[in-house]
Amino acid sequence: MKPAVLFQNVSRHFGAVRAVDAVDLAVAEGEFFAMLGPSGSGKTTCLRLMAGFEQPTNGHIEIFGETAEGVPPYKRSVNTVFQDYALFPHLNILDNVAYGLMVKGVGREERRKAAEDALAMVKLPGYGARRPGQLSGGQRQRVALARALVNKPKVLLLDEPLGALDLKLREQMQEELKSLQKTLGITFVFVTHDQGEALSMADRIAVFNDGKIQQLGTPEEVYNQPKTRFVADFVGSSNVLPPEFVAGLGASSQFASLRPEAIMLGGSSDGRLTLKGTVLSRSFLGSANRVTVNVNGTKLHVMSPATTAIPPEGDAVTLSFHREDLHLMEAAS
Amino acid sequence: MHSDRSAPLGLKIAAAAGLLFLHLPILLIFLYAFTTEDKSYQFPPPGLTLQWFAVTWNRPDVWQALSLSVRVASISTAIALVLGTLCAAAVSQTRFFGREAISLLVILPIALPGIITGIALRSAFSFADIPFSFWTIVLGHATFCIVVVYNNAVARFRRVSGSLMEASMDLGANGFQTFRHVILPNIGTALLAGGMLAFALSFDEVIVTTFTGGQQSTLPIWMLQELIRPRQRPVTNVVAMIVVIVTFLPILAAYYLTRDGDQIAGSGK
Repeated sequence: MKPAVLFQNVSRHFGAVRAVDAVDLAVAEGEFFAMLGPSGSGKTTCLRLMAGFEQPTNGHIEIFGETAEGVPPYKRSVNTVFQDYALFPHLNILDNVAYGLMVKGVGREERRKAAEDALAMVKLPGYGARRPGQLSGGQRQRVALARALVNKPKVLLLDEPLGALDLKLREQMQEELKSLQKTLGITFVFVTHDQGEALSMADRIAVFNDGKIQQLGTPEEVYNQPKTRFVADFVGSSNVLPPEFVAGLGASSQFASLRPEAIMLGGSSDGRLTLKGTVLSRSFLGSANRVTVNVNGTKLHVMSPATTAIPPEGDAVTLSFHREDLHLMEAAS
Repeated sequence: MHSDRSAPLGLKIAAAAGLLFLHLPILLIFLYAFTTEDKSYQFPPPGLTLQWFAVTWNRPDVWQALSLSVRVASISTAIALVLGTLCAAAVSQTRFFGREAISLLVILPIALPGIITGIALRSAFSFADIPFSFWTIVLGHATFCIVVVYNNAVARFRRVSGSLMEASMDLGANGFQTFRHVILPNIGTALLAGGMLAFALSFDEVIVTTFTGGQQSTLPIWMLQELIRPRQRPVTNVVAMIVVIVTFLPILAAYYLTRDGDQIAGSGK
């Protein structure tokens, strides 16, 4: 099967800035693919390369087996949901949604029906006569989704679509997007800087930094087995242990990551590794306590269930964790 | 912000006096269009008559000047609409070396005194051996008409977010369709307003025209010449009334068009 989107050694340079630097990736058909990274990491430029708003400086891009270089956005079978939604302010909601069909020359009645169906799909039936300015942010985002989906794209590109929504709405939209993608079976490529969003929604995640993909894998792989210090740090808030510390634990002298929730307060006898330290600070997060412990000058964050008693600050404490939770990382970055 | 407090009486009187000083002379012009005395401006007019409207109607020189003015204003405006829009699009939508400088150079003709523009164009025309004609007047007027269109269009372009154009392309519209269905509806009122202002500016322009017009007379220049000869003076007043109406209506319309446009364009972000 041909990948939905294929990047082979793709670079996009803006003058001396390498926004995207020799990126290889293959998005499978029907996949929910997330591109995760901080701002300026190249994830949005990758999305714009897929949409056709940017052309690669080097490399080769294919969309469903067809070469994409030099093909303008309006000749690609992909559609985009923009970060600022980019609804046309001079058109009502129905005409906004029907825009893609209108420029393709679909008849008035047919495109009205298709647009109304699309609005019903995003749970905004009967909103057709309103103007974008009369809608809330969440509603505008649904309209933007309907406007893209009405064209039956082979790949839907989403550029931080939930960034402007408040937390409650964002969680609701995450679920809806996920179920929409399952129902339609369309390939979704999703750009986000929110690791929680990427972990909960995506089938696979590409973690970007400095124009390069740091790691590409399932959410579990990226979270539990970060390949580089950047991934360990950016995806979640892993403890990054320096080589000399790791060597002291009996492993090879390499950087390693250790998830805060993998560490337990108190020693144990079931073969877990133990460390001794002093409590530096603690904060109550509702379902858990976040405790910072100083172990021979290295700060370790521990996520402890709220039911476990926490020793006061300054007290000595024993920590323990399973050997296999210590994850060795590549030397680079 | 509206203040609920009533202004002091002295301020009200001063404001009224200021407005009267500005507008009374214009009313006097209207009044003398109806006077029976045609040699001098005698106050009060000895009698009122409508005969000067008929006289004006039958004067071929008035028609010639009016026709020239309308044609010059129309064509200058048309040129300004095309060039001003293109320039505004380039300056607001793209980044290139010298963008700020170009923006300044485009606005310069309206900041320069008309007499400078006039002398510069006249010497340029004679240097290039271009005889004065209808087109030299149009060229002269286009220099400042472009500025008006450009200023209106560039302000609106800035509010049309770039992602609107990308969204249109993304949804399958080519460049022409994007211009027709997205850009034009969003900048249309600004162009109409700019075009009307440009038309009004061109219609009553005197200084640049005297340098670039040669022997031809646009309406304002014809009026200037008429004032020197005391023959059928009220005809000038009748024409002045028409000029006021012809230039005032488009400016008023332009004002209302751009005011309404704010709400439409503002929701794009």
